[in-house]
Amino acid sequence: MAKPFDRKAVARGFAHPTSSSALLATLERTAETSDAARRQVPWQALRSAAHAIKAYSIAHLDQLLEQFEAQFTARGGTVLWAPTVADAVAHVIDICHRHGATSVVKGKSMLSEEMDLNEHLSAATIDPVETDLGEFIVQLAGQRPSHIIGPALHLSRQEIGVLFERKLGIPYSDDPEVLMCAARERLRQRYLTAAVGITGVNFAIAETGTIVVVENEGNGGLSSSVPSVHIALMGIEKVIPRLDDLQVFLRLLARAGTGQKLTTYTHYFLGAEPGKTTYCILVDANRTTLLADPKTRESLYCVRCGACLNVCPVYRRAGGWAYGGAYSGPIGATITPALVGTEQASELPFASSLCGACQDTCPVAIDLAHQLVYLRHKVVEETRAGNPSTTRAIRFWAKAMQSLPAYRRGIRWLRRAARLGRTIGWYPGLLGAWAKQRALPPVPDQSFKEFWERRT
Amino acid sequence: MIETSAPSVRYRQGERVALFLPCYCDALFPQIGRSVVKLFERLGVPLEYPMEQTCCGQPAFNAGLWSEAGALARRFADVFSSFPWIVVPSGSCGAMARVFYGALEGEVEATQVGARVYDLATFLVEKLGLDDVGASFAGTVTYHDGCHARRELHATNAALTLLRAVRGLEYVELPRMDECCGFGGLFAVKYPELSVSMGQAKCEHIAHTGATVVTSGDASCLMHVEGLVRKTQPHASLRFMHLAEILASDG
Repeated sequence: MAKPFDRKAVARGFAHPTSSSALLATLERTAETSDAARRQVPWQALRSAAHAIKAYSIAHLDQLLEQFEAQFTARGGTVLWAPTVADAVAHVIDICHRHGATSVVKGKSMLSEEMDLNEHLSAATIDPVETDLGEFIVQLAGQRPSHIIGPALHLSRQEIGVLFERKLGIPYSDDPEVLMCAARERLRQRYLTAAVGITGVNFAIAETGTIVVVENEGNGGLSSSVPSVHIALMGIEKVIPRLDDLQVFLRLLARAGTGQKLTTYTHYFLGAEPGKTTYCILVDANRTTLLADPKTRESLYCVRCGACLNVCPVYRRAGGWAYGGAYSGPIGATITPALVGTEQASELPFASSLCGACQDTCPVAIDLAHQLVYLRHKVVEETRAGNPSTTRAIRFWAKAMQSLPAYRRGIRWLRRAARLGRTIGWYPGLLGAWAKQRALPPVPDQSFKEFWERRT
Repeated sequence: MIETSAPSVRYRQGERVALFLPCYCDALFPQIGRSVVKLFERLGVPLEYPMEQTCCGQPAFNAGLWSEAGALARRFADVFSSFPWIVVPSGSCGAMARVFYGALEGEVEATQVGARVYDLATFLVEKLGLDDVGASFAGTVTYHDGCHARRELHATNAALTLLRAVRGLEYVELPRMDECCGFGGLFAVKYPELSVSMGQAKCEHIAHTGATVVTSGDASCLMHVEGLVRKTQPHASLRFMHLAEILASDG
């Protein structure tokens, strides 16, 4: 995995302004559609209710998961626990082997991206087929998804047309309907031959043992119901107490993500149907690390709607791949350090202007911007990463600020450096990084402190 | 120890008010401090400037250096402890004191003193109870909302109320007013491509308004956006003025 937000890579990404401006326009449109959909419901009240339900659920996670397990098992399903990504992968491969599966069909699952499940399945000679159109496209292209709910958002329909022509052997077309039909035709065959279907889980109801999966294409329904074995991959944070709580989230989720009132399909799985085997794999994979720290805990409230990506000025420009992991945008920057290690993801919390648009748009009101600034602190405490010269400069500045004479010397130095820079067109250190594309303001003859001293 | 007043409590005649001027404004934009002084004189509210003040600690806080930020927060609390009201012409530095001192573990006094900090517009509207500060300014003006002023201090309405009351001023709304200009402090120098791209979008929105003056409660955003404009169009007639400068104008 590439180091997230490598500064050189971000700069290189800007060499392709056309793709980034198309992405920007798409995301702006989506955010506007979402805003309109939000106005149809008492948004802030729903949001507070959702936040409270998630706060309760995460605070009682142990009890709710056990209650869910008992209920799901009583209805004929099998619950498996996976403390790590490797355990989850082992469970999936073991199930496939036991049921003699040589291919699996997959509904969309971000957790499976987090597990690199396709690579692991292929290595075990099990052929994974993504059935969500966006996921199908990126799988065909040999790429990674770039958005939580729009995996192929970085590709234009012309690029997809070329890809389908090359990989599926159909005549070139950039007509979305033609492309969709070509994908569907391919996929229909695969549903019939796969022994195992894998989906994610959007919500799990502890009270009833119900798994809820929402989707728009019908592929999640087919993946879970056509093969005789269904594996539902679930992050442990997805459990909520009661069936009655679900309506709050269903009214928020699609409106926040795509601006729909509801997704086209909402599937409820109540244990296993007759003649079918249903597994639910409960995956921790460092979610308990996020849980253990009260300052990162709210990130477990996330419903993976993608709204924070859509409004984020950094995501809009840098795209999802810059984040280097399964999850991108503000939520990716927030949870990835815990998922992959602070050292590896040390740049992520810094790749933000801390504008807080994410926090404002989040349908469960997660304190994302506050977590990002807290994570910067953790990065500094726990790693030697970051830019040591910047850190040193700020440390030096902070020390100087402790004494008025040192402060005044510092201010004089800053004013002198800025004035000199304007004359010779070169600035030292951070001022240089600033001045490359931005003019520095003219330096006044008198600081405010000097003005005040002379005034009184 | 002065107690922090309840949110609904207003300023009463005779209470002491301190000006907290961001350090970069002291160095580079002293006219903002002078404007606040002039404005308060006009309003008949005595204003003090504690000379010992330096930096609120925000650069350290946002760089992850929280123990350094904590030391500066304690210093801030010492300098301002005797003031029941602290006014700052910045949403960003205001949010540091008012909101983020509370995130620093164990900084109880700084958190209490920080809660007495108000951004200029909020203080004028909510604490002095003014909708109109008697300013007059001729020009077509658009307002850029700093992200901290908007999202942490909820100061947008106060700023717009005051601007709309300025005689001779034509207010034009900035499209996508809620979008960040890309300054972001450390972010501006750490990821200049992203920062500049965001600033350029802001410049386009500003151009779209036809305004002759851009104002904001945050000089840091203005410095970034103006810097971009001046670099590419050195002769542009567009002016950038802090909200305090407009509110202090009477000509």
